[in-house]
Amino acid sequence: MAHPKTLTLFAAGLLLQVLPAYSSKPFQTKLSKEKQALHVVDRLTFGGKLADVERAKRMGVEKWIEEQLHPERIAENPELTAKMSSLKAIEMPSAELFKTYPPQQVVAQIARGKMPMPEDPLLRLAIEQVVERYKVKKSEGKQAAEAMEESKPTVEQIRAKILTVLEPAQARTLRSGSAEEKRALLASLPEAKQDQLLIALPAPARRALDPVAPTSMRRKIVLLTQPQQVIAYDLNEAKLQRAIYSTHQLDELMVDFWFNHFNIYLDKGADRHLVPSYEREAIRPYALGKFSDLLSGTARHPAMLFYLDNWQSVGAEPPTGKGARRAMPAKLKKGTRGLNENYARELLELHTLGVDGGYTQKDVTEVARCLTGWSIVDPRRGGAFVYNDRVHDKGEKRVLGVAISAGGGQNDGEKVLEILLNHPSTGKFISRKLATRFVADDAPEELIVRMAKSFTDSKGDIRTVLRTMFLSREFLSAGAYRAKVKTPFEMVVSAARALDADVDFAGTMAQKLNELGQPLYRKVEPTGYSSRNEEWINSAALLGRMNFALALAQNKVPGAKSQVTGTREQLEAQLIPAGLSASTREVIENALKEKEAKPDLIAGLLLGSPDFQRR
Amino acid sequence: MVRNRRLFLKSSAIAMAGMGAVPLWLSRALYAAETPNARKKVLIAIFQRGAVDGLNMVVPYGDKRYKEIRPNIAIPDPGQDGGTLDLDGFYGLHPSMQPLMSAWKDRKLAIVEAAGSHDPTRSHFDAQDYMESGTPGFKATQDGWLNRALVPGKTSPVRAVSMGANLARSLRGRQEAVAINNLKDFKIPDPRSAQSFENMYASTLDKVLNGTGKETFNAVRTVQSVEKEEYLPANGADYPDSRFGNSLKQMARLIKANVGLEVAFADMGGWDTHVNEVPQLANLLRDFGSTLGAFYRDMGDLMANVTLVTMSEFGRTARENGNRGTDHGHANAMLVLGGDVKGGKVYGDWPGLESEQLYENRDLAVTTDFRDVLSELVVRQLGDRKVDQVFPGYGTAKFRGILG
Repeated sequence: MAHPKTLTLFAAGLLLQVLPAYSSKPFQTKLSKEKQALHVVDRLTFGGKLADVERAKRMGVEKWIEEQLHPERIAENPELTAKMSSLKAIEMPSAELFKTYPPQQVVAQIARGKMPMPEDPLLRLAIEQVVERYKVKKSEGKQAAEAMEESKPTVEQIRAKILTVLEPAQARTLRSGSAEEKRALLASLPEAKQDQLLIALPAPARRALDPVAPTSMRRKIVLLTQPQQVIAYDLNEAKLQRAIYSTHQLDELMVDFWFNHFNIYLDKGADRHLVPSYEREAIRPYALGKFSDLLSGTARHPAMLFYLDNWQSVGAEPPTGKGARRAMPAKLKKGTRGLNENYARELLELHTLGVDGGYTQKDVTEVARCLTGWSIVDPRRGGAFVYNDRVHDKGEKRVLGVAISAGGGQNDGEKVLEILLNHPSTGKFISRKLATRFVADDAPEELIVRMAKSFTDSKGDIRTVLRTMFLSREFLSAGAYRAKVKTPFEMVVSAARALDADVDFAGTMAQKLNELGQPLYRKVEPTGYSSRNEEWINSAALLGRMNFALALAQNKVPGAKSQVTGTREQLEAQLIPAGLSASTREVIENALKEKEAKPDLIAGLLLGSPDFQRR
Repeated sequence: MVRNRRLFLKSSAIAMAGMGAVPLWLSRALYAAETPNARKKVLIAIFQRGAVDGLNMVVPYGDKRYKEIRPNIAIPDPGQDGGTLDLDGFYGLHPSMQPLMSAWKDRKLAIVEAAGSHDPTRSHFDAQDYMESGTPGFKATQDGWLNRALVPGKTSPVRAVSMGANLARSLRGRQEAVAINNLKDFKIPDPRSAQSFENMYASTLDKVLNGTGKETFNAVRTVQSVEKEEYLPANGADYPDSRFGNSLKQMARLIKANVGLEVAFADMGGWDTHVNEVPQLANLLRDFGSTLGAFYRDMGDLMANVTLVTMSEFGRTARENGNRGTDHGHANAMLVLGGDVKGGKVYGDWPGLESEQLYENRDLAVTTDFRDVLSELVVRQLGDRKVDQVFPGYGTAKFRGILG
């Protein structure tokens, strides 16, 4: 059979740059102390900085690992705390988010007086203006809908409004000045004037200011144009800032890992307002805690119930008599609801057992029946979890061979989670996924078995399972060393970290991640992103990485500033602590021979090099 | 220098082969032989990710059970408001797919009904993986069917193109294949940096990055030779301004530039309509149908060299679910569009929608293996490929006679 046999044995660890280091058992070959420090720092952070590596060497890798496993013992970076302070959406409860950053149709309702005004003073001002125009039109005898439609101001009105804020010369600059002149103008305005100007401008002109606006104005531009997009803005900003600046690197990494494991797509309807609380309450507190907390936290969180449709899943009347099943669909009338197995399936396949974890279609349906009634109060207004007994399937169920007797109510769902938690496939599935992220694409089976045992023995204690992995000979081996290719997210963040870039606006980086195929919070499918190498190596991705590397080092990524200085040797040491390959060094030396290259170009080449794409 | 490196690659690869672990990327450099470039036909594969509801895309309105089991979501009969576009008195197209009707009338569009994989999985991920690897049930297969459809050798750096930021699973494998997000941005603007990067990736011992790097820079040169002027679609073709629309527009451009494109892949997501399917599906199919319609129009006579086939990982439940949507099912419909297609006809046997006719009493049964359809296109269009090379272990392919 033409089926290639080599495939299953393929191990990314064999692709290392240093061929002589291969033994026949790369996962048995221990790394030197020096390399262990490099390796551990590279794997437990979003990109190892030289200072971290030095510290890990001084402390010893075991102590350094233990420290990262206990973020509560590490002081957080005050710089990060300052950067986070303006990102208000991250901390708000869902219902408040809904009021503060309303969807467009709600803005229209507020303008019509059908909903209360928002708290945010800027948004309130903007909406008051819409209301003003609406009232004028309405007094002219237009129908309500028509009046809303036609409430766009005329050019003269806009011009007059702008001139109440700016001097005529300033208004000219804003209209026809160069990008530099506009940038200088906007930066020179006091905050109150900035706000007034933003309100005076119609949406397209406001959006057009984004590239020249100071960071403090950018969030307001979003707020005034599409209020609910502020949530995405804050989420992206917070995720990138935390990844770049947090001292709790492993904790942040695990938050990313679990969010991706229990993935939710931000742009699915109500989830736009539910995701901040999902990450904050169902994921973040347990990133290094108990898997059971993650499982039950996500299962009852409105964001998950909405994303995978369980909130609408309703128990059918138990079929009675022969042929009842066949008769059922015809009985469905308009507006009636029934079973939806979307969440049940992903719960088994993606969250716990894994697709080969030993369940059947029958189990999927039975799990869905157990979870009927797990719903949300008023999801489109940021509502909370509710168990609705009226729509719960009250019959008897059987899940993975375990009988669940009739009349269990909400407890049926709890029972399912318990069965899944204690099923041997779950520990194995989670362990394998962790090993793929942290060790190698195809980590040795013996390691996964040991991790799974650790999972079972500790009743799903994530910290314990991670410790088993990090201290294993397989993790600290040649087979794991630089065996992983960075995902786009890891590449972008590690580049900013390596350069010590001052990022006061991460939106451009988030935009770059869309182009690189890894938009944050916007993986549509519940699978989340793969961490396997083959997903991320292709021509479009490589070109995107190289272009980003050059742009970042040369200060052409708006919002990120770095001061790149030093000789080639110094830059090499700073950006690639693991040491540059001879071949890349030769290319850079040759480039330097032809023409003197500035440090920022050298840095760009280093960050775009093959060497930097690995961890 | 170059020669030495190649030798080195070869010997280290052989050393690794002894260990039973030659990664496919490395094998590429090794097996690629120079073969002459010949004018080839182009095969385009389109993936509808998330499992499109085939029963509402190609509507079996002639089956009386159809409306009974879909009381809230069935598409009305032909002639009614928002009704099905009649194809042959039994099947009809979803009304959003009007732009494809001219291809049907020209007999260049064929449909294969009740096609799919016999593998029972209802996992999106597994089913997509199986369909793209072309080996249902075998997870270890590393390469994709569309890559294996290529005759081994080096012809053009853009012989195989995957539209998007990631290289589709279908196109991974030994033969060169590039992912292109956007033709315009497919370059390093500063020539000096471009040269340095090209040298770095050409000389790195990191084999994974070495192979992809080389392909990338070769493809960049070709693409930039095409990307000089503004592209104007022919015959007034109007592509939707969507991701999918742009993918097909760029494919049309590459085909017209005659730079050696042989196979191409594009996908479109969002088909997983568990809830409130009717409006969602109408929007999705509008984008889908308008794009394919625009492509057909834009290609004009060049369609003679092109065959396009669509697929989705599985169908959806025959009955609607409790939320005016549908859950994961089994068989689906595939569209085949092309100059050589004997179109204006629905192929495949209709299994029926009565409960006892449904697969596991819930889904449309598979009567045509998706590999039968794809094999015919590959073997009869791309030439010099045997079914077993493209679909290992599938010796029983039955061609349906879709191509004339």
